[in-house]
Order: sequence, then structure tokens, then C-alpha cells
Amino acid sequence: MIKMLTTLLNPTSGSATVAGFDILRSPREIRKRIGYVPQMLSADGGLTGRENLSLSAKLYGMSAAQRSDRIRDALEFMGLAEVAHKLVKTYSGGMIRRLELGQAMLHRPSVLFLDEPTIGLDPMARRTVWDRLLALRKQYGMTALITTHDMEEADHLCDELAVLHLGEIAVMGEPSKLKAAVAPDATLDDVFAQTCGGTIQEGGTYRDVQQTRRTARRLG
Amino acid sequence: MFSRPEERPVGWVERWPALKFTTDSAAIADAELIKIFRDPTELFSRAVQPVLWLAVFGQVFSQIRGIPTGDVSYLAFMTPGILAQSVLFSAIFYGLAVIWERDLGIVHKLLVTPGSRGALVLGKAISAGLRGIVQAVIIYLVALALRIGIRWEFFAVAGVLSGVILGSAIFSTFSLIIACIVKTRERFMGIGQVLTMPLFFASNAIYPLELMPDWLKSIAAVNPLTFLVDVLRGLMIEGGRSTHSLAVDFGVMAVVFLLLVSIAARLYPTLAR
Repeated sequence: MIKMLTTLLNPTSGSATVAGFDILRSPREIRKRIGYVPQMLSADGGLTGRENLSLSAKLYGMSAAQRSDRIRDALEFMGLAEVAHKLVKTYSGGMIRRLELGQAMLHRPSVLFLDEPTIGLDPMARRTVWDRLLALRKQYGMTALITTHDMEEADHLCDELAVLHLGEIAVMGEPSKLKAAVAPDATLDDVFAQTCGGTIQEGGTYRDVQQTRRTARRLG
Repeated sequence: MFSRPEERPVGWVERWPALKFTTDSAAIADAELIKIFRDPTELFSRAVQPVLWLAVFGQVFSQIRGIPTGDVSYLAFMTPGILAQSVLFSAIFYGLAVIWERDLGIVHKLLVTPGSRGALVLGKAISAGLRGIVQAVIIYLVALALRIGIRWEFFAVAGVLSGVILGSAIFSTFSLIIACIVKTRERFMGIGQVLTMPLFFASNAIYPLELMPDWLKSIAAVNPLTFLVDVLRGLMIEGGRSTHSLAVDFGVMAVVFLLLVSIAARLYPTLAR
């Protein structure tokens, strides 16, 4: 789904609007207005943190002055200023994710897409990524669309939550209300179990699993 | 950091698509070149093979004198061919790097930026083209060591380098197209091996076209490698002669290159599916 909304894949049927533009008719306009952090590791290990940011900034068509301002800001905000000159392949998983967040925010998108942002990260790294994400949203106010298997993450980050089951939205709403509807002290795990339980239908293909595990290994 | 929500970077570059296309290509080429020169081991390991061809194969075959090479020795005749070969062999595996980037997710991220698809592909081709210069330098050095008569005029060397750049760009883009079609490393390795040898042997790299049977001659005549060798043979060695004029050689290569880039630009997005 995220691949369609980020214009990587055309839908087989139907359409959608992102940041006011149709994904089929104006994909380029959408690309100017969204940021994307893929589930996989998308920063280039052979480049330094600064070079990665610089490449993104150039592709977003920024002038040299704007580029250097924003790269400096991004490095500072993501706590990477001191390692900016180091190759990304020497970074930890959390640092790479923060760098990718910085890259995806350079052009101040109105929608930020995050695909499993903390998969494979240790709890501390996960915290810092969450912390930066919430700080970003507070300061900048962009919409963030996150996909995750981690119910704690969904609970911590999301104002609005949809549980997808067999390709359809099974339930949608604020996390607190969803939980209250199940039981007074229920967790999101319970919500998930109640919505999707009953059917023993395993989601995901061999390739998905392979990809997820590989990402987890690289980041970890 | 992100205190001005309304501010979107509508840089002045964005208002001229042609300029944006150029800066996008330059940005990609720049990043690729940084990576190549940061870790040049691959460049030098690829140099071993052409050195062997010239120093071993060439030395032996030049004793035979059975191959009509005009006024030049067989060793001199094959030198430009081996440069073309080294360009082909190192460019043809370029797609592997792209498959690697796909497995990582770098391709996905690039495709979600407003950078044009054509520019992403062209930038990679430019960097691969410039990488070819290293091959040329190596062959020049080997030729010098083997006392092959080299043309050192500025025009000749500049022509050789331009040919090498264009040739590398052609074969790396071709490789990128194959990568977009096969998408996995295993399949790519297989196809890469299968393609390189026919491209090499169905060309004028180590023997003149006149020696070939007609069916092979007609394949060789349209092989882009033949046109590259033709440029190099005319410009690199003393007494070397081209079959076509430089305008024809470069013209054909330029058309092939543009065609390949436009195909690659269409196929590149399929890597993210």
C-alpha cells in the first residue's frame, strides 16, 4: 500500500490522493511533497552521512545555500553532527534510521511515509527514533503515515490507527478508544488479537519475510 | 529545525526542467564517483585481465603473423581491442551494483524523490563512463611497457578517452537494463557471462572483420563494440586505421547510448516493485 501512495507502484484498480494530488495523474507533484523512509536500509553505506543528505537535497532541487543550511540543521536535529563525515556503513542501526529521517525531511514534506521505522532496532535506538519523530511532528506538523507490526510503537506514536486484516481495514480509530472498546485495561495487542484472531490466516509471503529479516539483520 | 511549515524549497532550478535534469544527473554521478574512488580495489583488479591478454596472449599470437593487420604488428593491432574489451568487461557487471542497491532500498528512495528517472539513469551512466578512463590509463601504461607505438597527440588521446567514456556508458547502461529485467544477482551473473563473450568475439577487437564468415561479419558490423574498437584503432596506435569515419563511429555510439538510456529510464522504476 505504501508503495502505491509513494508512487512506486501503480494500483491495479482504484486511485488515491496524496497531498492533494492524484497518484496516477500527478506522481511528480506528489514526489515533491512527500518524504519516504523505506523499511529497507536506504542510506548509502559507501557515502558519509553528509554526502547522503547532500544527494537527497540536490535531487529535491535545493540551491547550494539552502542545502548547506538544511543539512546542518538536519545533522544537528538528528544528533549526527559529530559523525557526519563518517561512512554510513560504520553507523549503528539507530543512527542510520535517524539519518534517513533527516534525508526524508530535508524538503519539508507535507506527508512523511515510514515503513516499519524501528524494525530490527534495539530498545534504546527505538526510543531515540520515536523521540525524533515526535519532535519532528511537534515542530513541523507534517502528517506521518506509519506501517508497523509493533503494537507498542503504534500506541506510542499514532493519533489514528487502522488495523489491516487480509487487505482490508478491519478497525480504525484513536488507540485509546480502540482499547477501551475491548476492555478497560486492554492493550493494542488485545485489540489486534480480537480483530484479526479467529482466522488462522498467515499474512506475508516468503519474500516479505526474507526482506524483513534481512533488514533487521543489517540494522541490528 | 522545522519551524517554518510553509516553506517548500521551490529552488530556481526546479523552474527549468532541462536544468533540473542536468543537476540531478550531476548529483547522481557525483555520488557514484565518490564511491568508486573511495574504494578503487575493484578498478585495479579489473585491470589484471587486459594486462594478461596483452602480455601473454598478444605476445604469443604476434608470433604467428597469420592475421592480416596491415602496416601494424599484431600486438599493436590488438591493443585498442583489449582496451575496448576491458571497457566492456568492467561495464557489463555494473548492473550488479544496481541490484545491490535495490536489495538495500536505495533505489526505492531515489525513485520517491522528484529526480527524473532519465537523470537517475544518465547520472549512473556518466559515472561509469568516467570510470572507464582508468582502464584507458592502464592500457596506455601497458602499451608503453610493451613498446607499442602510441599516438600521443592531444587530439588522438582526447578522442580515445571520449570513445572510452561513451563506450563505458553504453555497456553499463545495457547492464542496467538487464539488471532491471532479471532483478536478482544469481540470474544476472548467468546472463552477464553469457553476453560478454559473444559481444567480444563478434567484434573486431582481436581480429579484423574480413576474417569472419559472413553471418558473423554481419553481427559484428552492428555490434557497438566494433564501433568503439574502430575509434580506438584509428586514434590510439601509430599506423592504425579506422574503417568508418570518426563522425560515423561516434554518431552510431551516441544514438545507441540515447536509445539505451531511454529504455533504462523506463525500466528503472520497475526495480522498486
